[in-house]
Amino acid sequence: MSDVVEKTLTALPSLLSLDSQPGSAKLSSTSKLGNLIRGITELTSKHEEEKLIQRELTSIKDQVSSPNTSMRQMKELMVRAIYCEMLGYEASFSYIHAIKLAQQGSVLDKRVGYLAVSLFLNESHELLLLLVNTVLKDLQSTNLIEVCMALTVVSQMFPKDMIPAILPLVEDKLNHPKEIIRRKAVLALYKFYLIAPNQVQHIHNKFRKALCDKDPGVMTASLHIYLQLIKENSEGYKDLTASFVTILKQVVGGKLPMDFNYHSVPAPWLQIQLLRILSLLGKNDQSTSEIMYEVLDESLRRAEMNHNITYAILYECVKCIYTIQPKSELLEKAAKCIGNFVLSPKINLKYLGLKALTYVVQQDPKLALQHQMTIIECLDHPDLIIKRETLELLFRITNGQNVTVIVEKMLDFLRISKDDYTTIDLVGKVAELAEKYAPDNEWFIETMNTVFSLGGDMMQPDIPNSFLKLLSEGFDSDEEDRKLRLFAVDSYVSLLQSEPNKLPQRFLQVISWVLGEYSHLSAELEPATVMTLLSKLLDLKHTSSETKSWVLMAMTKLCEGGVAISVAQDIYETHSSSMDTVLRQRAQELQHLSQDSELRGRVLPRDAGLMPLEVDSSLSFLDGFVSEALAAGAAPYKPPHQRQEELAQAKALSLEPYSLSLPISMSSCSIADRQSPTLMSMSSGLSGDSTDLSHKGGSTTLKLDGVKRVWGREGYLAQREPVEETAQVEVPSPLRSPSQQAEADSTQSQTPTPTVTPELEQDKQQLASSLFVGLGSQSSVCLMGKSDPTPQRFRRKAQGRASSSGASEKTPTSLGSTPSPVDNLLCNSLLDSNLVSEPTNQTPQASQSLDTTNGNCHEELTDVKENNPSLIHNNEEPDKPKDLCLSSHLPTELSGLSHSEITPLCSNQSVNLSACHVQKEDSLQLVIFIFNSSDSALQQMQLQVDSGELKLSLITDSPVEEVRSHSVAVCHYSVTVKRPSVHVEVLGMLSYQLPGGTPQTIQFSHKLPLTTFIRPLTLSTEEYGSMWLAFSQDTKQNLTLINDDQDPLTTTLNVLKKKLQLHVVEIIGVEGIVACQLVQDQPCLMHCRVHAGTLAVWLRSPVPDLPDCLLYHCQRALQEH
Amino acid sequence: MIRFVLMVNRQGQTRLSRYYTPVDLNRRAALEADVVRCCLNRKKDQCSFVEYQDFKLVYRQYAALYIVVGVSDGENELSIYELVHNFVEVLDKYFSRVIMFNLDRVHIILDEMIQNGHIVETNKNRILAPLSAIDKMADG
Repeated sequence: MSDVVEKTLTALPSLLSLDSQPGSAKLSSTSKLGNLIRGITELTSKHEEEKLIQRELTSIKDQVSSPNTSMRQMKELMVRAIYCEMLGYEASFSYIHAIKLAQQGSVLDKRVGYLAVSLFLNESHELLLLLVNTVLKDLQSTNLIEVCMALTVVSQMFPKDMIPAILPLVEDKLNHPKEIIRRKAVLALYKFYLIAPNQVQHIHNKFRKALCDKDPGVMTASLHIYLQLIKENSEGYKDLTASFVTILKQVVGGKLPMDFNYHSVPAPWLQIQLLRILSLLGKNDQSTSEIMYEVLDESLRRAEMNHNITYAILYECVKCIYTIQPKSELLEKAAKCIGNFVLSPKINLKYLGLKALTYVVQQDPKLALQHQMTIIECLDHPDLIIKRETLELLFRITNGQNVTVIVEKMLDFLRISKDDYTTIDLVGKVAELAEKYAPDNEWFIETMNTVFSLGGDMMQPDIPNSFLKLLSEGFDSDEEDRKLRLFAVDSYVSLLQSEPNKLPQRFLQVISWVLGEYSHLSAELEPATVMTLLSKLLDLKHTSSETKSWVLMAMTKLCEGGVAISVAQDIYETHSSSMDTVLRQRAQELQHLSQDSELRGRVLPRDAGLMPLEVDSSLSFLDGFVSEALAAGAAPYKPPHQRQEELAQAKALSLEPYSLSLPISMSSCSIADRQSPTLMSMSSGLSGDSTDLSHKGGSTTLKLDGVKRVWGREGYLAQREPVEETAQVEVPSPLRSPSQQAEADSTQSQTPTPTVTPELEQDKQQLASSLFVGLGSQSSVCLMGKSDPTPQRFRRKAQGRASSSGASEKTPTSLGSTPSPVDNLLCNSLLDSNLVSEPTNQTPQASQSLDTTNGNCHEELTDVKENNPSLIHNNEEPDKPKDLCLSSHLPTELSGLSHSEITPLCSNQSVNLSACHVQKEDSLQLVIFIFNSSDSALQQMQLQVDSGELKLSLITDSPVEEVRSHSVAVCHYSVTVKRPSVHVEVLGMLSYQLPGGTPQTIQFSHKLPLTTFIRPLTLSTEEYGSMWLAFSQDTKQNLTLINDDQDPLTTTLNVLKKKLQLHVVEIIGVEGIVACQLVQDQPCLMHCRVHAGTLAVWLRSPVPDLPDCLLYHCQRALQEH
Repeated sequence: MIRFVLMVNRQGQTRLSRYYTPVDLNRRAALEADVVRCCLNRKKDQCSFVEYQDFKLVYRQYAALYIVVGVSDGENELSIYELVHNFVEVLDKYFSRVIMFNLDRVHIILDEMIQNGHIVETNKNRILAPLSAIDKMADG
């Protein structure tokens, strides 16, 4: 028996019996670390500290690299290095030595080595790879302490790619006789699940075993995994509810060994963990909730000891009771519990009580009524944290009747708060409440003014966006719209007249826009007055150039009448030479449009906000410009992903195998981005039918109807649902002051509050009644789901519904460069006028002349067409006859099969090359047609084709060498994929000689979509299962779910099946498995799961890049659907 | 989730720091100083939980030593507050003397209790078992 094993055995009793053996802490105050710490403590300046640490680091550096340093000394050095890093001084030289120490040290030295590694390195650090071997060795060690250490470090950090190397060993440890090893193995698997869930997919049943482990520690460890799994998919684990309930019951009942107790409370953190799991399982599920009622009741009952930790459990318990399906008896007890919290003199409990109350008032606003006096006291609490939490609570119970009081309290807090995060958060909440419940126009505008002033330039950009959207879209009544806008205008004019230099930039931008759009509503306001006010903003020192640009735009809308035009002229003179190009542009526009009122009326029509704007997203008005540039030899536009691809190809030695790969850029940009407008306009320029095309493009054309509504925000749309209630909109009388309101409502709210003590001062009671008004009446019936009795004042028009999502959204920051559609239009018309002399529609002749002057360009254009088959389809008419006659030349074995469209590849005076393909089960058949258009035969002809991604083999028996005049030769290839890529390309070169002429060559490239190589892969679920585990390449992503009927999963999969020829193996519930192969024999499996409204797909394949490529095509197929 | 655990003295000097979410080394000192300032400014009768940026701080004072835990918003603050005390009790059980010169051992103990921002063990004997075994082996 080796020395080490013997040592282990002597150490074992304490390790396994878990007897309390107080460690003999070494007295190390005389150590060097001790000296260092003491030295630091005595220092008074940062500068001295820096000097001392640098000296220390130099000394550590010298010693670690000395060969004479023993492991024990090395350990000492590492601890000092840890200390230095902790103070913020990098000690990167020691990283490698930490790994060495973990490798070579023994016991404590080794542990410190591991510790240092876990503190020094982050999870992606490359040095971590060097640790793998050490971990591997230690996992196999006979010394349990070493196994423990290895498992500990693995569960803290481990290189994701190396998991397979140690996974079998870790799995093995799940069956280890010692609980501590099993427990640490479970924690290591949990870590694997966090960083690479697919790697542990196959051992889910072992998690179940761990959950049932006889040792409570192992079971507890497995709960981490389950909490995570259930968070992601609670449906899949409902069957475990009873087990969790039983465990909780045993824990609560004191069945665990005594040493799991903390201050006589049995395993409190375990209880909390279990309660969290239960609330996830019971949410929205009556039958599952019913299983847990009894144990929740018992938990409430047992946790009666007066100790913080029991309150922590109670808090979790209350949360759980209010999360799952309600049971009145439990709710009552939970409510009483919250009462104890809130009324507690202990401040920490009060805080937690408020937090719990905030959570539950969403379900039961009545509870807030019960505690209203406490809440009011908390509102004036000297501790800001308590105050802040109270505001959070009030925010949840706000309604149309108490909004003014609550918002006032929130604004009060904002005025004293100095913390940016709090400001941003609260400002957003006030804006939300103001928009939802504003009692009248004046209040709304004034509140928003305060929001803009206090929120300054920190607040979320969607607040001003949303506000302007609201103003511009208006509501159902035109008269109301006018009043609101007018009030805003008046209020802003008076703000600008007083102290504009104190207003934040964002607010100034809002003011400029509103004045530009709506100041004409005010009869007594001259445009010139507004212009002068605005021009003062331009002179302010702190005004940013973005704001200036907004101001200039507003002025452009206003410059009407003699005085205004002369102001405009002055502005133009000062800004036409500005260093900022955007400002210069704006000044130009101002000047130009102030001179030409007819053009201005057309470009900037009044009340344009109400009219939906058609935007030509294909930018077809630029076609003339583009083709002119191309004719002049400019390089054709390439979308970013293509450029990136080419860049990746051009790189001789790619040291970053993944950084430039397509899927990454793909996930970051949507499909809509990829089909860039320019790409479409190029093909449209060629077809000579641009306007028609942009419509026919159908799904590819971005239709931004009503683009005026750039101020989108999803959040509020849902609030508009109950449209039937419109009649009640005007209920709260705008003239009522809060106090009057309070009196009027006090009778109503006094009745259900038994806790109110009579001696409370008058004003507190008044405050209470104004705060809690509107809560009493409806709450007693409605326990679940906060019904909203007060209808929203600012109910948006229905037309806004579709606009605010996704693509049409614009933020004001982006408006700096392309400010508002109005401006796009302006730019549009200016450009148009410059281009008048140019033919906007390219004629076919023009494009042909383009071909002859620039052969390359033609190739590019055909590539573009190839990418967009749907586009060609509509414009291919002239080619049709040729197509027909070429298809008669198809090889006989292909003649019966359907072939793709015949696309031209390249041509010159004597030859025309075109190609088509036929999909066969095991390959793609590529046919290239060589048409001799000259009057003499082509001789010594040689066609070479090659591709980096494809394998091409010639099928025609002997290569064609000669083509007679005006006839066609055919080259037939069988093509399979060598290396998957999103688009695969065939490069070719034809060389030939005309009789008596010199040899000539013509080059072409032909792109094939990868989808033409995808074939269904028919297999059974079992086969799928075993293949899945064997594949190493994988990718995960969320795709959009097609949601047009009952079963979105089936619909979505059917679309994929139809478009990409995937084979749907099986669909069970929310999950589906799909298989396909790339010709030839390159399988790819896909696992789909509906999760949170998206389709979570997970692709696996043995072929690198295939999952990513397929994912791209799935994305595209769904997007186009 | 737990974001970090800090031990600092009254002068604001860091005695131990452990991060469970990645924070750049050069940003840590500033963050710690700010966090400590937040907690030291508070009075005894004030709440032990502080809002800080987009997360919360739970702090507890032991003589001249402050232990501050950064937690994300969904966490149960009171349970973390008690976790700190459990940690201190474990330290008290293991160390007979000043703990600040045993940076490595305190870390080892903490590693047994918190991993990846989650509480993984709270049973005092079990927390100390690996370290005691190591000590035994080193002695013997």
